[in-house]
Amino acid sequence: MDDLIADFLTETHEGLAALDVALLRLEKSPNDKQTLSEIFRLVHTIKGTCGFLGLSRLEAVAHAGENILGRYRDGVLFVTPEGVTLVLRALDRIKLIINGIESQGAEPAGDDAPLIADLNAMAEGHAAPSAAPAAVTPPPEAAPVAASQISEPVAVVPSLSPAPAPAVFGADTPHDQPGSHAAPQSIRVSVDVLEDLMMLVSELVLTRNQLLQLSRARSDGAYTVPLQRLSHITSDLQDGVMKTRMQPIGNAWNKLPRLVRDLANELGKKIELEMRGADTELDRQVLELIKDPLTHMVRNSADHGLESTEERRRAGKSDTGRVMLNAYHEGGHILIEIADDGKGLNTARIREKAVTQSLASEAEIAGMPDSEIHRFIFRAGFSTAAAVTAVSGRGVGMDVVKTNVERIGGTIDVSSTLGRGTSFTIKIPLTLAIVSALIVEVAGERFAVPQIGVLELVRVGGGSDAKVEHIKNAPVLRLRDRLLPLVSLARVLGLAEEEEAEVAAEALEQRFIVVTQVGASVFGIIVDRLYDTEEIVVKPVPPILRHIGMFSGNTILGDGSVIMILDPNGIARATAVAAEGNGARNAEAAAAQGLRSAERTALLLFRAGEATPKAVPLGLVARLDDIPLDTIEYSGGQPVVQYRGQLMPLISMSGAPPGDDAGRGRQTVLVFSERERSLGLMVDAILDVVEERLDVQAGQGRPGFLGSAVISGKVTDVIDTGWWLRQAGGDWFQPGSAPRAARRVLVVEDSNFFRELVVPSLSAAGYEVVGVEQPSQALKLREQGVTFDAIISDIEMPGMDGFAFAREVRAEGIWRDLPMVALTGRVDAAAVAQGRAAGFTDYVGKYDRDALLTSLAEVLDAALAA
Amino acid sequence: MKTQTTQATVAEADLVLTLTVAGQPCGVPVLVVRDVLGPQTITRIPLAPPEVAGGLNLRGRIVTAVDLRRRLGLPARPKEAQPMSIVVEMGGELYSLLADAVGEVVPLTAADAVGNPPTLDPAWREVSRGVHRRDNQLLIMLDIERVLTIGGVR
Repeated sequence: MDDLIADFLTETHEGLAALDVALLRLEKSPNDKQTLSEIFRLVHTIKGTCGFLGLSRLEAVAHAGENILGRYRDGVLFVTPEGVTLVLRALDRIKLIINGIESQGAEPAGDDAPLIADLNAMAEGHAAPSAAPAAVTPPPEAAPVAASQISEPVAVVPSLSPAPAPAVFGADTPHDQPGSHAAPQSIRVSVDVLEDLMMLVSELVLTRNQLLQLSRARSDGAYTVPLQRLSHITSDLQDGVMKTRMQPIGNAWNKLPRLVRDLANELGKKIELEMRGADTELDRQVLELIKDPLTHMVRNSADHGLESTEERRRAGKSDTGRVMLNAYHEGGHILIEIADDGKGLNTARIREKAVTQSLASEAEIAGMPDSEIHRFIFRAGFSTAAAVTAVSGRGVGMDVVKTNVERIGGTIDVSSTLGRGTSFTIKIPLTLAIVSALIVEVAGERFAVPQIGVLELVRVGGGSDAKVEHIKNAPVLRLRDRLLPLVSLARVLGLAEEEEAEVAAEALEQRFIVVTQVGASVFGIIVDRLYDTEEIVVKPVPPILRHIGMFSGNTILGDGSVIMILDPNGIARATAVAAEGNGARNAEAAAAQGLRSAERTALLLFRAGEATPKAVPLGLVARLDDIPLDTIEYSGGQPVVQYRGQLMPLISMSGAPPGDDAGRGRQTVLVFSERERSLGLMVDAILDVVEERLDVQAGQGRPGFLGSAVISGKVTDVIDTGWWLRQAGGDWFQPGSAPRAARRVLVVEDSNFFRELVVPSLSAAGYEVVGVEQPSQALKLREQGVTFDAIISDIEMPGMDGFAFAREVRAEGIWRDLPMVALTGRVDAAAVAQGRAAGFTDYVGKYDRDALLTSLAEVLDAALAA
Repeated sequence: MKTQTTQATVAEADLVLTLTVAGQPCGVPVLVVRDVLGPQTITRIPLAPPEVAGGLNLRGRIVTAVDLRRRLGLPARPKEAQPMSIVVEMGGELYSLLADAVGEVVPLTAADAVGNPPTLDPAWREVSRGVHRRDNQLLIMLDIERVLTIGGVR
């Protein structure tokens, strides 16, 4: 293609992009002189060059567009949304023709007559009947002129010269307008040239590293100084070339305002797009890869996240929905947030969908916090959109976004509040070519781990506190109250057999755990040695090895050795250790919710005070300790011990004072911890740790016990951890001193006696309670639009029973997504299942005041945190 | 599929680099060879197919080493014996073929070429483009593309 035409095309593309942005700006502030001039000038340039190059079709369309714009500029015509839409149509037509020229080398055939006629009609002022510009106030001087112009219908296209109109604006020939475009000093460079430059610099960095290594080994004075200088220059060169690859993220965003505007029109909603941090820079390569995901997410927010105008009004929100983009740097990453103030994710629907799609069992779902439920939207084929619209909802989107983001070493997460909105956060590395990596060694071989995913490094053994423990043969690490699943790198890479690895590991005094994060899941990789962090040039894995999946590339270290770069994603996948909701997260969640889950839970069995063994979910126990009796002191009559710099109260299960019958001079203690608080539960002896399904039969309400279960073939008492923790005083379940408005709770209970019992005790706990006798009364309240934060309901009631009531609530209406707790005499598994099926969030036995309060606090907290 | 040289059409001699794998003389067209190296430090690559001996550093580029003995299902070479590397390029990537010994570059005429004899071992047949008679021995011409087709993955 002709050089002239090629240049023209590039320039016109840029011009069209600028026009898009400028026109939308104009729509918001129709009297902005600078914008008007800029727009006119851009179209005028295009028209002029077309004419010069003999592109007649383009020239005709541009000419007609320039017509209207000239009128706007002169104040002869008012800027209206219809006018802007029409001009945008003209621009789209120009784009079409330009694309045609690009692919075919000549203007494609086509009929622009209708468009041009519309443009001309608009220019005459004949266009759209509803041209009542609500927000546009015409400049006073132009009013009489406009009136006179419009009153005389002119059949012929008037001349373009702006001269006849009285000088409304001052000397505004385009050239005199600075500021709307500050001409930056720049030149165009071919992308290939930059890529080659980048490659060369990478090699230079590697060679520099090698030289430094050699020089360190030899300490040859003559070379040191020039080498230092070379090293600095290379670093600067590297920085400089990296800069050429950096582009502001605004470049990926510049099509979005137009997209949102069109979407708003299409969907009949009012949407405002806010973009912050558009000048945040990132690598060109990375930018290309996230452009589409970002667009997809903005569409999603507009289509699914934001409600229609009436829905928003009913919910008490402003008419205009907002989509907010925010980009900023943090560490070696760029963070991009896409948020909307719409209706938020429908957690209940996601739960249902997850179960119907067999992504998790009912029990697992029940045990998951809302934040984890929300992550299901990243699964393939998962879309809870009731109708697949043309805009989105095909269910192919979010999983592709996640894959694309993870492919470049990034992460994506979602946070949503029902009724308030949803926010996605994408975190991606600034650049892909040269990354910081931690060098580790395992089984005598070295590997590189990209610094990005590494959260922290933990030393185990060799005198440090941390220890690798085993839960049913799976190695785990207790890290600050969290159970971290571990992966033995040696085993995963097939470098050593399990036993060999263990033996070798024992032989080593210490090992290291690299705590890694993949998506939202955290796990640890066991390695033998740590070296330092190096900047490495990432080279792609050769095709023969791509199927392995554990490596994201390979590189050459400063000493010339070739090492593989590990891909934590691949490791996680291979061991299924960090899959959503699997692994130790499940163990934790299951432990905490052990009673409601039908899954196997790790249980700690112990003896305390009586012959019947006791059980507690292992996940709740922070440590097992043997405390020397002589370190136990008394404060206010209560035994305490100095534990890790704090005073830890000791509670006896049997009421007996600290002591032990074995005469060891020590007291065995189960330590429960939460943040800085600890509580020691004194027991007689630890019996065992087992993993079993926990099926609790509700007890007679003996305080401190939830009931009994058959564990390891013996009847075992299951302790109510919450009760014991409360014995130590203090609020174990409140998340902190955040002041909260009193939560409103509805109690539906037909028995006066129980209602009189429940309502006051809930009020005493700080809730605002409304009690009704029958579900029908409750539903009347719903009709009246009364809102609550939670509903507590009896099951056995005459007329409409609790199940029917729950189904009714869940079917429709403003209470649809509220947490519902069933208060009832039946807590057997069948009743619980039935209750859940009807829509109850939780089940509490009648009348366990503490369990009710705990349950209420939990479901409300879950709803708040989501 | 043919690589750089098409034997059938060229009448004059083609230059061939001779090498030995487990006592079997082989040849590769000189035009596909980028480098010939002595014993190298090869880094083992975990989980790689057994034919892949590992990776080595050639002036800043990473070369994937393929052990010809293992590729052809032949017994491993003795511990003390260090393999020679013949570096070839395919699909933009560098590969090193590990052989026991590298010989000279010799001209081999098409006239001396014959198709694979029916008695040829299947493992060799898979990678052979034909054989030459030379010094009372059969010299197998290696098809690089097929040699580097490991486990169906190339």
